[in-house]
Amino acid sequence: MTATTIPRDQTKAAPAAASDRSVAENRLGQKLVAPALILMVLVTAYPMLQALYLSLFRYRLTTPDDKAFVGLGNYGVILTDSLFWKDTLNTVLIMLITVAVELVIGFAFAMVMHRIIFARGVMRTAILIPYGIITVVSAFAWQFTFSINNGWVNGTFGWLPGISSTTNWYGDHWHAMFAIMVSEIWKTTPFMALLLLAGLSQISEDMLEAAKVDGATAAQRLFKVIIPNMRAAIMVAVLFRALDAFRIFDNIFIMTKGAQNTESSSFLTYRQAIEQFQLGMGSALSVLLFLTVLLLAYLIVKLFRVDLAQARGE
Amino acid sequence: MRQKTGVGTWIGFVVILVWCLLPVAWIVSLSFKSLAETTTGSPHFLPQDFTWDNYKVLLGMTSDKSTSHDFLASLRNSFGISIVATILAVMIATLAAYAIARLEFRGKRLVLSLALAIAMFPVVSLVGPLFDMWRTFHLFNTWPGLIIPYMTFTLPLAIWTLSAFFREIPWEMEQAAQVDGATSWQAFRKVIVPLAAPGVFTAAILTFFFAWNEFVLALSLTSTTTTRTVPAQMSFFVGPDPFNPPYVQLATASVIVTIPVIVIVLLFQRRIVAGLTSGAVKG
Repeated sequence: MTATTIPRDQTKAAPAAASDRSVAENRLGQKLVAPALILMVLVTAYPMLQALYLSLFRYRLTTPDDKAFVGLGNYGVILTDSLFWKDTLNTVLIMLITVAVELVIGFAFAMVMHRIIFARGVMRTAILIPYGIITVVSAFAWQFTFSINNGWVNGTFGWLPGISSTTNWYGDHWHAMFAIMVSEIWKTTPFMALLLLAGLSQISEDMLEAAKVDGATAAQRLFKVIIPNMRAAIMVAVLFRALDAFRIFDNIFIMTKGAQNTESSSFLTYRQAIEQFQLGMGSALSVLLFLTVLLLAYLIVKLFRVDLAQARGE
Repeated sequence: MRQKTGVGTWIGFVVILVWCLLPVAWIVSLSFKSLAETTTGSPHFLPQDFTWDNYKVLLGMTSDKSTSHDFLASLRNSFGISIVATILAVMIATLAAYAIARLEFRGKRLVLSLALAIAMFPVVSLVGPLFDMWRTFHLFNTWPGLIIPYMTFTLPLAIWTLSAFFREIPWEMEQAAQVDGATSWQAFRKVIVPLAAPGVFTAAILTFFFAWNEFVLALSLTSTTTTRTVPAQMSFFVGPDPFNPPYVQLATASVIVTIPVIVIVLLFQRRIVAGLTSGAVKG
């Protein structure tokens, strides 16, 4: 969206009786959005209701005759299982750490891209490569990077404390989590940087100049002028990235297959529904995952006062 | 007034290039290592004995066609599914975005809110119910079985990008052309289409990227190589021991599927950036 408010080319119809024209416009508008609306509802809302229904049953595809109504039994099993909570904790940790790191690195990248006056095309191309690359490919690239026999990390960073030629990055929980987060951060920082760059370019140079003339230091300009004026852009970027990070699946599936307790909520849901054919239990997990994302979105919007009209693209 | 490029910016420039390109250089380098080299362990960044063998194996230029057959089939599926999903999603999104940008109608906020909700929707929670539904409708392990959800999940981004572009179009020019004697079809064809085309094209690129990248649904809603896309197929490359996968072949497959991405980025970087930021930031 552009910086200015867009003047509508049609003046608002008089508030009195709706004219024929506005009735026709209303009808045409609804017709044009109908295909999109129907598709979105059919592919998401309907299966979600189906999941809600199935979650009340004991239902395993391998033994379909054993299907029986169990009420909230599946939810009881899940919520008292430590695996569910462990996976949720992993997911929340990954979300918090990756988004925080991406915000800092992404901001630095955005500053560089904003200031640079040469090779802008090269820079844009480079930054779009991690964005465009398939997540599965990124996961493989980083899995091999951290490989004990074929990776270059141990050899290159052997001088750092805690890293040697025998460091097994997939041998324990924290090393494996670290490798997963590196892949996630590498792939998604460019998206964050581009959103922040767009926010940064909205700040008027005059305002910065004025702050400079008034004797503000570089740090003061950053924290008192730049960041407060970019708040809206930062919040939208955080909202989108946090919810995206919470859905992490591809990186974990490829890099560890959930070994060393690195499983995420999405992975657990997938494993129950698809690998173990537990449609009842899997559906209950689906519903819980959906509710968690909803709660998370609500919390982020309320806590950081995200401008939803902006996120909606109005 | 913008000051000269400082040392910090220079360093930042180099850091960003290294950050973005190093992992890509790494898989390219791996793809030229021999299978024997990685089996014995090769911690070097560059190949010790450079070889094209992996490309020959994957592209079916050797006598053993088993690997290449599956890989080329998945490449075909990826292209077919992504392109069909892109065309259909952009068509539907264009109609909706035109209405959102140009018309006043009841339900506009509902559409935009639903799009936002879907952009944040955890795709995995659909995997179970869709698996069940698709088996009933005989859509499991078919192209439409993937195309339909891909269209749905790309609609939000396509609608945002397109409506942002459509708001910028000087629609009065259409009337101006008609006043100058153009028919309404000519006015649309010669004035509006050229102005709208870049937006439609940008939305198509972003949609294609999503479909090309998608993994969870591709993994869950397919079962054979007649429908499996490249990301899903690559996860099945992984041999019996998950910690010793056939590195060099996976790296080669990675390079091959990254080539379209790099070509698109090189040709259209300016548009992609404009499209990505159009939906999310407003001053």
